[in-house]
Amino acid sequence: MAAKTFDEMRSGAEGAIRDPYRGVAQWLDSTSPERLAATRHEVDQFYRRHGITFGAYGAAEGSETTIPFDIIPRVMAWDEWEYLHKGLVQRVKALNAFLADAYGERKICRAGVIPEKQILMNAEFVAMAQGLKLPGDVHAHIAGIDLVRVGEKDFYVLEDNVRTPSGVSYVLENREVMMRLAPELFSAMRVMPVANYTEELLATLRSVSFGDSHEPNVVLLTPGHYNSAYFEHAFLADEMGIELVKGSDLFVDEGRVFMRTPRGPQRVDVIYRRVDDAFLDPLAMRPDSYLGVAGLIGALRAGRVNIVNALGNGVADDKSTYTYVPQMIRFYLDEEPILQNVQTHRGDRPDDLKYMLEHLSELVVKEVHGSGGKGMLVGPTSSKQEIEEFSQLVKARPDNYIAQPTLALSTCPTFVAQGVAPRHVDLRPFVLSGKKITIVPGGLTRVALKEGSLVVNSSQGGGTKDTWVLAPDA
Amino acid sequence: MLSSTAKNLYWMGRYLQRAKTTARLIEATQRMALQSSGKEAEGVVAIFGMEDEFRQVQEQAAQSQRQGSRRRLSDLVDFLAFDERNPSSIVSSIGSARRNAREERNNITVDVWESLNGLWLELSGKLRGNRAGLDRGALIESVKKQAVMIFGAAQVTLLRDEAYNFLQLGAFLERGDNTARILDVKYHLLMPDGRPHADTLDYFAWSEVLACIGAVRTYRRIYRSALDPMKIAELMMLRRDVPRSVHHCLWMVDLNMRELADAYGTRGEADRLAGELHARLRYARIDAIYQIGLRPFLGGVRADIATLSDTIGRQFLLD
Repeated sequence: MAAKTFDEMRSGAEGAIRDPYRGVAQWLDSTSPERLAATRHEVDQFYRRHGITFGAYGAAEGSETTIPFDIIPRVMAWDEWEYLHKGLVQRVKALNAFLADAYGERKICRAGVIPEKQILMNAEFVAMAQGLKLPGDVHAHIAGIDLVRVGEKDFYVLEDNVRTPSGVSYVLENREVMMRLAPELFSAMRVMPVANYTEELLATLRSVSFGDSHEPNVVLLTPGHYNSAYFEHAFLADEMGIELVKGSDLFVDEGRVFMRTPRGPQRVDVIYRRVDDAFLDPLAMRPDSYLGVAGLIGALRAGRVNIVNALGNGVADDKSTYTYVPQMIRFYLDEEPILQNVQTHRGDRPDDLKYMLEHLSELVVKEVHGSGGKGMLVGPTSSKQEIEEFSQLVKARPDNYIAQPTLALSTCPTFVAQGVAPRHVDLRPFVLSGKKITIVPGGLTRVALKEGSLVVNSSQGGGTKDTWVLAPDA
Repeated sequence: MLSSTAKNLYWMGRYLQRAKTTARLIEATQRMALQSSGKEAEGVVAIFGMEDEFRQVQEQAAQSQRQGSRRRLSDLVDFLAFDERNPSSIVSSIGSARRNAREERNNITVDVWESLNGLWLELSGKLRGNRAGLDRGALIESVKKQAVMIFGAAQVTLLRDEAYNFLQLGAFLERGDNTARILDVKYHLLMPDGRPHADTLDYFAWSEVLACIGAVRTYRRIYRSALDPMKIAELMMLRRDVPRSVHHCLWMVDLNMRELADAYGTRGEADRLAGELHARLRYARIDAIYQIGLRPFLGGVRADIATLSDTIGRQFLLD
């Protein structure tokens, strides 16, 4: 990597410990490696016993692994968070305005800011959502914005996730575990709480019901326990005190959605779905889906049930629409973007493509619709042969790829087999949009446990950390 | 609460109870085999209606191995306890109960989930290893103990709502059915002509029947007399104070049905059938039962328990 890596603990002036990390540094100094190892072991036991597991896609049934949790928290000062908070609110506002516009009049296309084909030719565009008027014009009710840091003041947005972003249960569980393991740290530092997330989530979901005459009945729709995020679905439903339903628990009658209960059918107003668009309704989308509910889209279009996140949000968060987000912010909000985008080369632009192919060994190349760290090339850490193979893929379908410079992601102290060592991290805060916008301080910090690795995805051997935002003047 | 939740809890109760019964049955059979002839395998397999399946397993084994009565017994234990091809085996039942519980993680307490998940982890972990060195007795003992703890965790930690009623319904219907099956099959085996009093009594065989429901001492406390087949039948069927008797189980089924009816404000065919079954065992007398015959009586009860299970499924949209 060309640039010097920013370490969030040690990159203070003249290599000093940065302010937010003072407490953690002291704790690390005063705790023996053996004690840390024992604590680490305790955590694994805790997670396994509680059944907090993550089934990687493609793994055989019953093969449940836990996502490694790193016991050293990642810390942010209040002013650092305040800055991110402002930038996140701005970005998600713009994304929501874009989605309402994309499925409405498409003013942004007529103004010549974004070509219409970027929306209409997008594989994630859902024609059935065209013209839908949703409560509060909100489409991305829950957004997970992936951020990386490369310097004291330099944050970049790596990716927007506005379909069904997951990971928030780890934010909440990690905090629970951390408070159990190191209560002394919490009494020494004032850490902003995160436990109110589920309450805010429920309030957000309730606030986007179509009807306003009665207490809206909210349910969480899961594909079922074979889904890798099933634990999170159950956890969130439990914390909110709402029903966790599968497609087979719901049915549509005369345009209304009901759930089956032993006392008879009960009306449903808002569905927080963790099922992908294509599987939501076998009548409207994929006919072979067993995960959805026949007639659901009809009920949505009739304004009888709201579906969260909205249908067709994929047009706003793929890696090629990403390049337009700064223009969206200027167009809809008339503001300058607070958070920066990573410079992105698009395979569908001849000049960009030429640059991409000539500089593959320096770039990170990703599929436009890829996720989970699969189908990507990290140039600097790849062999000549891997690069050559990937360049064939790009040449075959240039519009399917984008490329970005390899960022020197910041590092945080992490407990690994050799002891405490710096490892690369990213951050996914969760932004809730309903009647108002709410962000619980912090988010999910993912850490690449392999030395030097920049891939933090849990399906690729990443772990998580508790993320602390220190209270003002702490 | 969702119908699918009711269904999962109902089956979790049934599978857990089935695993517990099977563990107890295996222990009783092993003890019996040490003291007697070794024909016990037939009876135990018949209790679960698994004669054909077990014969298949035996035939497969016979092709590669020498058969003896010792060998047959350990085959039987493996079949009943650890064979995943047998849907009623302990390992299959615990696996099914855990799958039901896993889907309802948010409707059960951490205590119930952890105890059930812990049992599954132990069982599947040990069975993955080398089976030759497996201490089968200890594992079965452990299943029995932990199943009791799971039910205990349910009793002391679960909210007393509709979900709890469905868990109880499953557990008590299964337990009542299990006791009726054990008594039916064993009685027929030991006393094919069905006469209540015999001149010679196989003491070990009859105490084993009681051991299947863990009631040897209970018998002594209640009757303070020598083992008598008719009294054993009375204890297993009609004593309300014996927690594994058919009467006790159907009383509990009726009670849980009534709580659901109160909560929902409606009654249906399942409520009527539960009340009728409960009343039948509550007001029956053992000598009257012998007049119509134990087999027909038990056969009727078993058939009606099966009908009740189906009716509950329909009434509460569980299917």
